[in-house]
Amino acid sequence: MDIFELLKGKPEDSDYMKKGVIVQGITGAYGSIHARHMIRDGTNIIAGVTPGKGGQKFQDTVPIYNTMQEAVDATNAIISIIFVPAKFFLAAAKEALEAGIKLLVAIPEHVPIRDTMLTLELANQKGAIVIGPNTPGIMIPELIKIGIMPVTPFKAGKIAVLSKSGTLLYEISDALTTAGFGQSITIGIGGDPVNGTRLIDAFDMIKDIPDLEGLVVVGEIGGDSEEILAQRIIDSGFNKPTVAYIAGRSAPKEKRMGHAGAIVMGTYGSAESKISMFNKANIPVAKRPAEVPVLLAGKMQKSD
Amino acid sequence: MRLLEFQAKELFLEYGINLLDSKSSTNIEEGRKHAKELGYPFVIKIQVPVGGRGKAGGIQICQNDDEFELKYPQVMDLVIKGEKARAILLEKMADIKKELYLSIFLNRSKRCYTIIASSDGGVEIESVKNQIIKEIGLGNVSDEIASEVAKEMGLEGKIADGFVDTLKKLSKITIEKEAELVEINPLAILQDESVIALDGKFVTDDNSNFRHEELQKYQENSEIEERAEKSGFSLVELDGNIAVVGNGAGLVMSTLDMLSDSGGKPACFLDVGGGATTESVYEALTLISKISKVKGILVNLYGGIVKTTVVAEAFLKAYENNLIDLPVFLRLKGTESEKAKEMLQGSKTKIYDSVEEAINAAVMGVKN
Repeated sequence: MDIFELLKGKPEDSDYMKKGVIVQGITGAYGSIHARHMIRDGTNIIAGVTPGKGGQKFQDTVPIYNTMQEAVDATNAIISIIFVPAKFFLAAAKEALEAGIKLLVAIPEHVPIRDTMLTLELANQKGAIVIGPNTPGIMIPELIKIGIMPVTPFKAGKIAVLSKSGTLLYEISDALTTAGFGQSITIGIGGDPVNGTRLIDAFDMIKDIPDLEGLVVVGEIGGDSEEILAQRIIDSGFNKPTVAYIAGRSAPKEKRMGHAGAIVMGTYGSAESKISMFNKANIPVAKRPAEVPVLLAGKMQKSD
Repeated sequence: MRLLEFQAKELFLEYGINLLDSKSSTNIEEGRKHAKELGYPFVIKIQVPVGGRGKAGGIQICQNDDEFELKYPQVMDLVIKGEKARAILLEKMADIKKELYLSIFLNRSKRCYTIIASSDGGVEIESVKNQIIKEIGLGNVSDEIASEVAKEMGLEGKIADGFVDTLKKLSKITIEKEAELVEINPLAILQDESVIALDGKFVTDDNSNFRHEELQKYQENSEIEERAEKSGFSLVELDGNIAVVGNGAGLVMSTLDMLSDSGGKPACFLDVGGGATTESVYEALTLISKISKVKGILVNLYGGIVKTTVVAEAFLKAYENNLIDLPVFLRLKGTESEKAKEMLQGSKTKIYDSVEEAINAAVMGVKN
């Protein structure tokens, strides 16, 4: 399913450009803060789910249900964001997918990999997209934010930003915005070893945006998703100006650098491997986050 | 976490994978006892959570008491890739006919377990030739797949049976213990055609720890790491003298890279997580104060919603309580930063607008 259609809806929909989002874990400490922020930032939070709190209201306006099935039946929503503790993630995700959710944004960090893989197996059967886990979320700036990111660094525009890291997504988008590059969409891949939406999947979602003017990829050590993406960019003949950044060049091998997925084993997952593949795809790799807009501007000049 | 060889072998034993007799010790008195029990010849193997032990001299053959008395302390004192010996394993020797390679790992891009096997084992995986790679989904390896792998490796008869048995057991461990990687290299065929695990590498998914009480005894955390974990921080100790702190793993890695590019030497990686509060920054400073090699602290906090005054308070409190007396180079982007700068006037914490400025100041301010 087209990600923009999921996030915006169709012109004939009654909720076009303000698609409803269900928050799973809306009464938890973390879920309630970010539900409030999303509402403040203009997202249409249409329902919340917390078992045992059905019938209550969040902030006097958002109805709370005991189960995802009830919430979906009442609202027809197809988007959900999960804030439950990691050990309850699998159950919450299953519930959402069984209830018919088509876009699931998985915020929790520390979800066991096996639980992520089981979730993805089910999502695949149901034809649903999972963003995360351990993601800041997904956003069309100034239209819809399903996640935990601050909105100040972002501005509506024509650059797509795909990032494994949360704070680097904010930092680099901020630098892009300051340099005059707004963003058409930003997708948090997440810092886990297994991602619902891999860099390559996110690329496939955005590559055909008609007015896309550029792509920024924020990767980090661990795994080989950057290498696979670079190969896809070569194979697909994608010719929009693209710039990458890779965090963790100086990290020691076999140490997990904060993110569960950020670990170099032998040469698997090394920054060198990723950088050399990007070079092969003719994609410059910034040495510092602040260099990203500079390289992007350079790429744009060349393609003019 | 990554288990040591002898710990991996304890799990192998539990699942019935064939092993040679072996015993692990942490001092030579214990080692002498084991030497008597096993009898010569045997191999002394250093137990460290990194590869490359053989090349570094961490694996030695002992034929008699004299060799044992000489080699045990030598191996015990080795430092391999910065890792000291956690224990010494004495293991009986075997008459090896051939060395194979076998591992099951969690394939991140394919999102399933994957077998790698080869009939040319005994070298590092990067150099293993004729690799047979098989994606196996999320369930146990079936007889059919295991036999297929054995056949592709050219194994027959009793050896093929032994291999199939080992592979199935390895798959069971991988799934039940939620491992990211389980490797047997070499997997040896002995003269009597039995199949034996000569080494064991085992990396678990830390996020599944809550389901694996039985693996907790293998957890090896320093006091500082344990405190960091309790606070929800990630901490990796490094060799330099400038502590690097930030919110978000990517941001801290990026800061580490830029500091290294500028000639600075990071003493640690400390990610305090998404937000930053007075309490979390104060706790981060408490942890850093326990790392003696730190001569300066580089802090990179990015947050549209972080109030910089709240962070400034943590530093003031830390100096006031004599928790730290180190210079702090703080890059802080957020609200009320002018007020925060005022608050820190005259203290050893300097605020910078860009991370580049903070890094330059840190490199200049902290001489080796």
